Amino acid sequence: MRDTVDVQAVLAGDRRALARALTEVENDSPAGREALDALFPHSGKAHLVGVTGSPGTGKSSLVNQMTRLLRNPEEGEAKKVAIVAVDPSSPFTGGAILGDRIRMRDIADDPGVFIRSMASRGHLGGIARMTSALVRVLDAAGFDLILIETVGAGQSEVDIARLAHTTIVVEAPGMGDDIQAIKAGILEIADILVVNKADHSLADNTLRALSASLEFARPGQISAIDRFHHKELAFAPVKLDQTTNESKNEHWTPPVLKTISTEGVGIEKVVEAIEKHATFLRTHNQWHIRDAARLQEELNELLMAAFAAKWRKQVDQRKIEAVLGEMLARKLSPQSAALKLLSA
Amino acid sequence: MDRKIRVLIAKPGLDGHDRGAKLIARALRDAGMEVIYTGLRQTPQMITAAALQEDVDMVGLSILSGAHMTLVPRVLESLKEAGLGDVAVFVGGIIPEEDWPALQKMGVRAVYGPGTTTQQVIDDVRRLVSGQAEA
Repeated sequence: MRDTVDVQAVLAGDRRALARALTEVENDSPAGREALDALFPHSGKAHLVGVTGSPGTGKSSLVNQMTRLLRNPEEGEAKKVAIVAVDPSSPFTGGAILGDRIRMRDIADDPGVFIRSMASRGHLGGIARMTSALVRVLDAAGFDLILIETVGAGQSEVDIARLAHTTIVVEAPGMGDDIQAIKAGILEIADILVVNKADHSLADNTLRALSASLEFARPGQISAIDRFHHKELAFAPVKLDQTTNESKNEHWTPPVLKTISTEGVGIEKVVEAIEKHATFLRTHNQWHIRDAARLQEELNELLMAAFAAKWRKQVDQRKIEAVLGEMLARKLSPQSAALKLLSA
Repeated sequence: MDRKIRVLIAKPGLDGHDRGAKLIARALRDAGMEVIYTGLRQTPQMITAAALQEDVDMVGLSILSGAHMTLVPRVLESLKEAGLGDVAVFVGGIIPEEDWPALQKMGVRAVYGPGTTTQQVIDDVRRLVSGQAEA
């Protein structure tokens, strides 16, 4: 049965029901929205881990190896792992090839793992518009750890840092000089830096450049709300108590780790760092600050979309055409056009 | 609301020739579909797990090894066991025409040999998926 979601089955761990729920939520259908509402109170437990980096750095292979280890830990209990892997949609046809599963053979039929591929569907920023909603469904379905693999991202696809508790940035050797390493953007969002393909001859250079760039940084001094790129929200965010963290003056310094993910080398250090970071967030009052920031950010985006939809319904189409005409004739700047339309 | 057709293209068995599979994947992508491509040497269990987790509308199997009469029933059986008996399956590759009726009797919805146009596959996928939606 299409177009329906069995929420109880999703909560009970039924994988078919979960897959269907993800489809409806991704399509933002009425059934999907209803399911999200019902599942939301059950979410908020999973550790959300983002994996980002340029195309071909080995994100999928790393996700494969990390999941293997999380499923077969040397000590402690195996974690239930969900993976959301985002690949780009064609801007021309809307179609997509979702190929991240190719590198995830080892975990393909593990009953404690659920892999879902997702097309970006026109959204920029490294993840899809509905990625956070899909993650929420998987969270409610009881997965302990959710790995979110972004599209091959360059310098400014930083949405993942808003979504995840822990962001892993994967670099490969030989991709640019030390100035690349101090540019703003993707490196700033890293909680853990991985230099993959460490058997490459330039790996140590990359490692040094990244480590050096971290010495300039002021890790941890950027609070969760400020992390969101000085974006203005449509409402005043809830004040969160950040004093405990700042007064102790204890900061998380992102480790720079070497891996060869095709061979499984160095993976245990990455998994260890993920767990350490989770502990750090929890003991430094950061876990719930990040959660709160994410929810408010999400509300903000939905609010903006709702405002726009509402405005579209009530605005006079002739007025729009008149203003557009003036703008296209270069009589009115886009800035003034926007103001004029709003005052309509 | 945006409902994209999602298709799994999988290669069961041991042959390493994936040109055909990639060609079809690319053609379906260009037709606006979301194609999950899983790579070589997939077991029936891996194909079933992918079809289930990805909630695909259709599964396309590419087989050039000649083992289709062994592999296809296993994949169909595995899908059925997982409650995915309603997901349409098509097969492409080097499949002798005398095997087509047997495959179709097993439940395969379409068989494609060399010389099939990509447009034909695209049209069939669209038709079969819209048929599913009505059923």
